[in-house]
Amino acid sequence: MAELTYRDAVARGIAQEMARDPDVVFLGEDIGKAGGVFKTSVGLYEQFGPLRVRDTPISEQAILGAAMGAAMTGLRPIAEIMFSDFFAVCFDYIANEFPKSRYMSNGQVKCPLVVRTGNGASSRFGAQHSQSVENWCMMIPGLKVVAPSSPRDVVGLLAASVRDPDPVIFLEHKSLYATKGEVPDGEIVDTLGTAKILRPGKDATIVALALMVPRALAAAEKLESEYGIDCEVIDVRSLVPLDTQTILGSVARTHRLFTVEENPRLCGWGAEIVSIVADETFYDLDGAPVRVTTPHIPLPAADLLEDLALPSVDRIAERVKRSLES
Amino acid sequence: MSALKTQKRDAVANDDLGEETRLRLYRTQLEIREAEQRAFDLFLQNLVKGTSHLSLGQEAIAAGCAVAMRPGDLSFCTYRGHAHTLARGVPFEKVLGELMQRDNGLMRGKGGSMHLTSVDHGVMGSYAIIGAHLPIACGAAWRAQYKGQKDVSVCFFGDGTTNIGAFHEALNFAVVWMLPVIFVCENNLYMEYTPISDVTAVKSPAGDRAAAYGLPRIVIDGNDADVVYRTATAAYEKARVGEGPSLIECLTYRHSGHSRADPAKYRPEGELEKWKERDPITIYRERLKQFGVRDEVIAGIDAEVKRVVDDATEKCKAAPMPPAELLTTDVYADGGFAWRN
Repeated sequence: MAELTYRDAVARGIAQEMARDPDVVFLGEDIGKAGGVFKTSVGLYEQFGPLRVRDTPISEQAILGAAMGAAMTGLRPIAEIMFSDFFAVCFDYIANEFPKSRYMSNGQVKCPLVVRTGNGASSRFGAQHSQSVENWCMMIPGLKVVAPSSPRDVVGLLAASVRDPDPVIFLEHKSLYATKGEVPDGEIVDTLGTAKILRPGKDATIVALALMVPRALAAAEKLESEYGIDCEVIDVRSLVPLDTQTILGSVARTHRLFTVEENPRLCGWGAEIVSIVADETFYDLDGAPVRVTTPHIPLPAADLLEDLALPSVDRIAERVKRSLES
Repeated sequence: MSALKTQKRDAVANDDLGEETRLRLYRTQLEIREAEQRAFDLFLQNLVKGTSHLSLGQEAIAAGCAVAMRPGDLSFCTYRGHAHTLARGVPFEKVLGELMQRDNGLMRGKGGSMHLTSVDHGVMGSYAIIGAHLPIACGAAWRAQYKGQKDVSVCFFGDGTTNIGAFHEALNFAVVWMLPVIFVCENNLYMEYTPISDVTAVKSPAGDRAAAYGLPRIVIDGNDADVVYRTATAAYEKARVGEGPSLIECLTYRHSGHSRADPAKYRPEGELEKWKERDPITIYRERLKQFGVRDEVIAGIDAEVKRVVDDATEKCKAAPMPPAELLTTDVYADGGFAWRN
C-alpha cells in the first residue's frame, strides 16, 4: 500500500495497462517528453518509448480521429485532451463518430478507446479552462462516462476503461490532481457502472461526483457534528453506465435525495437521477429531491467569484439542513 | 484541357497494365455507373429513401484506386461513398438493400446511404461529417505502422473538404508521423452547389495545399482510370515502404446533382456536355478497343453487369424491412443499449 497523488495515480494506471497489453498506446499534446501539462504522465515516455507514448501537434481533431482509426483496426488507444473545454473543438468525434460507428455499421465497427481529460473548476482558470463537461458526454448514446474522485479509483477505473470494448470518456478533476490517497500495490481493476457508498447514513442520501465527493463528505461530517444529521454519501463514479440500484436502494433507506453537481444547473446529471428516483421510488421520498449545483453561468476567474459559484461544503450542508428542517 | 490530353496520350502509349487489370478497371467503372443510375431511378420512384449522393461521372477514381489496392488495404469514404464501396467488391445487392432501407442491406438499414460500411471488404466506413475521416484514416495507418503491417489506408473526399480544419490537421499529422495513408481528393469543381473556385484561396484545392505539408503537388486526370490506377499504385508503394503519405487531386465532374434529385441548375450551360465528352466509361471502352479487346468481350461484360444490377434490384424490392428489434441493438459492445442497471 502506497500513498499516491491523484496525478501520479493517472500515470500508474496508464503504466499498468501499457505493461499488460502492447496494443495500448497513448497520444496527446505534451504527454511524452514533457510528462504532461498536469504531470500526469511523468515517466511513461521513458518507460514505453516514443512509439507507444506519442506527442502530437495541437490538433484535437487529429488526436481523437487517430485514436478512433487505431481503435477500429486493433489498438487500444488512450488519447489525452488537455482540458475538457477543448472537447468543443473536436466534438464531432465525441458526438458523431465514436458513439455512432458501432450502431450505424450494425455492429461491424468497434471503437475501444479512452479519452482522458482534465475537467472541472477551482483552479481559477476562467470560463474556457474550468468547465465540468460530463453532461456534454452523458447525453450521447454509445459513450461511457467515468469520473473518479480518489487515487485508487483513478487506477482501477482507468484500467476498467482501457479494457472496456466501448469508447470511454475519462474525466479527471484538475483540482484533485494534488490530493493524496492510499493505493494498494499490484494490479487494480475496477468495474464501470458501480457507485460506491463512501459514508453510510440514515437521514439523507447525498450523491456526488469527482471534486464534489470530498466536499459532500466534509458536509456530511459537519452535518453530523453540528446538527446530528446522519448523511449517506454516494460517489457515482460512472455516469454511464449508471448504477441506479445503489442510489435507489439508498433513497429507500434514507427517504431523502440530494445531488451535488459541479456542472451548470440546466440538464445536469443530477436531474436525471432525480427523475429516475421520482419515477421509480417516489413513495419512498419524505421530501422533494434537492439539486445543489453551480448556477447556470459561465465560470469566472476570480477566486472569490469562483468559490461562490461552485457548491461548497457550507452550501451543501446548509441546503441539506434547511431541507430536512422544513 | 491540354494537360489532360497529354496525360491521356501518355497512358495509351504505355501498356504496362495488362488486360486483366484493364478489364477489372472497366468492369468496376461500369458496375458503379449502372448501380448509381439504378439508385437514381429508384430514388425517383421513392424506393431509395432519405438521401443519395451519386458518383456518376466520377467512376474512374473509385475504380482506379480500388483496383490498385491489395486485400487488407482500407478505404475510408464520404457520404458520396457508393462507388468506393462497390469498387472494393461489396455486392450491389447489399448496397442497394441499404439504400432501400431493407433488412438485406449492408447494415440492415441502420446506416443508410451516407454510412456504407463493410469491414470484411476493407470499407471502414462512409463518413457524413466533412473531413471527419481524414484523421480516422491516419489512425488506421498509425496502427499499421505500429504493428509493422503493410496495408495502406486510403481516404477519399471531395474538393469542399480541403477548406475544413480536419483536412489540415490530418495532413500535418500524417506527414509528421510519416503514416501510410493516401488522401484522394475528388475535385468535381463544386463543393455542393457553389463552385469550389469561388470559395478557395488557391486554384487546385488539394494540389496547391500539398506544399504546405512538404508533399509533392499531384493533380491528375480523374476521368482516366489508367492514370488514377498508376498514380494510386505509386502512392501505395511509397506508403508501404515507409515513405509516408500522399495527397492526390483527381479532376473530375459529377454528371448528376449534389444529392437526391438536385437538377444542378447552378452549373453554366454546356459545362456538363463538355465533360460528358470525357465520360470515363466512354474513354475506357475506347481504351479497351485500342488494346485489342474484342467487342464481344466488352458486350459480355456490359450484359453481365446489367444482369447483376437487375437481379439485385428485384431481390431488394422483394426484401423485407428491418425488424423492430433492430432498433436498440449494437449501441454498446454488449449488443444492446443499456446505460443503467
